[in-house]
Amino acid sequence: MSTFLGLPTAPPGVGHLRGNSAFPVAAREALANTQLRRNLAKATTTIRAKRARVVAECPDWDELREAGRAIKMATLAHLDEHLSRLEAEVTRNGGTVHWARDAIEANSIVVELLRSAGATEVVKVKSIATDEIGLNDALAAAGISPIETDLAELIVQLGHDRPSHILVPAIHRNRSEIREIFLREMDDADPGLTDVPAALAEAARLHLRRKFLSAKAGISGANFAIAETGTLCVVESEGNGRMCLTLPETLITVMGIEKVIPRFADLEVFLQLLPRSSTGERMNPYTSMWTGVTPGDGPQNFHLVLLDNGRTAALADQAGRPALSCIRCSACLNVCPVYERVGGHAYGSVYPGPIGAILSPMLTGIEDNASLPYASSLCGACYDVCPVKIDIPSILVEQRARHVEAVRGRSAEAVTMAAAAWAMASPARFAAAQRAGSLGRLLARGGAIRRLPPPLSRWTAARDAPAPPGETFRQWWRRERRP
Amino acid sequence: MRIALFATCLADTLYPEAAKATVRLLERLGHEVAFPAAQTCCGQMHVNTGYQRDALPLIRHYVETFAGFEAIAVPSGSCTGSIRHQHAMVARRLGDPELAHRAEEVAGQTYELSELLVDVLGVTDVGAYFPHRVTYHPTCHSLRLLRVGDRPLTLLRNVAGIELVPLPDAESCCGFGGTFAVKNSDVSTAILADKMRNVLATGAEFCTAGDSSCLMHIGGGLSRLRTGTRTIHLAEILASTP
Repeated sequence: MSTFLGLPTAPPGVGHLRGNSAFPVAAREALANTQLRRNLAKATTTIRAKRARVVAECPDWDELREAGRAIKMATLAHLDEHLSRLEAEVTRNGGTVHWARDAIEANSIVVELLRSAGATEVVKVKSIATDEIGLNDALAAAGISPIETDLAELIVQLGHDRPSHILVPAIHRNRSEIREIFLREMDDADPGLTDVPAALAEAARLHLRRKFLSAKAGISGANFAIAETGTLCVVESEGNGRMCLTLPETLITVMGIEKVIPRFADLEVFLQLLPRSSTGERMNPYTSMWTGVTPGDGPQNFHLVLLDNGRTAALADQAGRPALSCIRCSACLNVCPVYERVGGHAYGSVYPGPIGAILSPMLTGIEDNASLPYASSLCGACYDVCPVKIDIPSILVEQRARHVEAVRGRSAEAVTMAAAAWAMASPARFAAAQRAGSLGRLLARGGAIRRLPPPLSRWTAARDAPAPPGETFRQWWRRERRP
Repeated sequence: MRIALFATCLADTLYPEAAKATVRLLERLGHEVAFPAAQTCCGQMHVNTGYQRDALPLIRHYVETFAGFEAIAVPSGSCTGSIRHQHAMVARRLGDPELAHRAEEVAGQTYELSELLVDVLGVTDVGAYFPHRVTYHPTCHSLRLLRVGDRPLTLLRNVAGIELVPLPDAESCCGFGGTFAVKNSDVSTAILADKMRNVLATGAEFCTAGDSSCLMHIGGGLSRLRTGTRTIHLAEILASTP
């Protein structure tokens, strides 16, 4: 008899869901980068204010959020049916659907398709899913050059860098750094390039225009896929995405299976929620939709790669399932006090911030991203702004419990926690512990403790600890109030 | 009204003035305060660090200690938040629906101090006098788990002699987060640095809040840097009289 070992998670060694070091270590490095801190603080503060302004304009914002949540959760409950419908409709409209169990399968499907199309260069519109699976590395290994066409993704690619934000991947760069990257890496950049934003955008525009006109194939992600019509939808700000989606002969869309929505009418909800939550705009500048292949117009070969890579495992997780509702708006990143200080790289995954802290461990299995659920002060700001009402703090707490229960170790922390619980489960033991703790007064100078032994030394590295008072509250109560 | 005080393990052990002030305040308003001596801890630290199995006896203990009281006063937003949002959840998750049911009942009688004063006792002017420049930090769990809104500020505005100054970026976390402050101490410190900068920018003599834990964090930083600005629990201001 075989044992069911659970659903497969995203495989290690391919893609970008796992970091090289635990979050606290990576975060410490990021905190030391003062330029990064300034860029992040400025960018998140600006986007936060814009979002708050446009959300406040909507009297029905909470109803919209509830509708978004309800549609997503209902879809996830019957995901198999919606995906089959999507496959049937895409196929009926002249597209081809491929099912990829994981990153390795998805990459090899895309490489094969590009080889058959005879493409040596491929233009890409920003797609986190392809970054999740490390598609660019797989393409380079197959001798195919991927060209990122989203301005921020281009900056990241030319800088041999990693994205640090879902929506603003180059949020960690400022304009003078971007100018340096362009001058160094863009062969057709004007040597007199300034760091004026319009000049930088123009340089990228001229550079990309040549690529758009020559590339045989394009690769995109998808914001939404509509099951009932087989329509794909990409929203963006620059129009470069639309070039990718319309100019090449072959278009390959790589999409996580959770992106499907049942009806065309459902877009009405999400096209209100997404731009206001992400860029703080009432409507994004470009919304592109396509259904299969239209003869004589746009790409004549369309392939849709449906990616699992741990999503079915996440779907099977009752407590964590709402994380699959995420529409990648990144509002949670912009309000997160942790993200605002450390940026995206510290999370080690293409999905940073609060949503990444729950989603990455779900896709990889908790043991591969065990430090991420602890990368939060549980302040709850993420839950408040989430357009589909994902209760991120509760899922973080659940994942911490799973981690502790899976490790089952007698770590120093586990022993301390068990001892504390034992002491606090009985008032007599608790009072005894308080009396023992009051000896801490011996450590105090001027009413405060400046230094404690590890692990509490990490507290006193930057903060004083209170000296235990001469009398606890319960001692005072007994002395004062005993009849 | 007869009100049970849940002092919280932190205030009981390290910040008894906050719990004493709660007693003085409620008695001054004409209520009888009971202190069930069996009380210990709500278990929030255990739940939030992943040790739900260790928290379960603490949850059961809280429920057994406080069952039957009409109102339970807690001088802490985050402990009230844990009681209201986590006790039943943990009991249910660990297979004790009967405890979950009782926990919900007791949680329904448990109030954070400003909620108790404004919603249950119907008071917004507690007759306090506190002639100092004060800024108020609305702690995350008061704000986003309990939705206390402007109840604490309404109470503070009615304090005689007080000079209340708004805290810039008030709704941002102070970086405490329980064991987060130790597990991710560098990030926690960076968040705290910004909170302290905002507190100091107000020129306030006191930073107040409804949670001893956040105040321990902010106050620990202010004290380490010898800023001369102090933290004080909301209850202590409301209990002050001429």
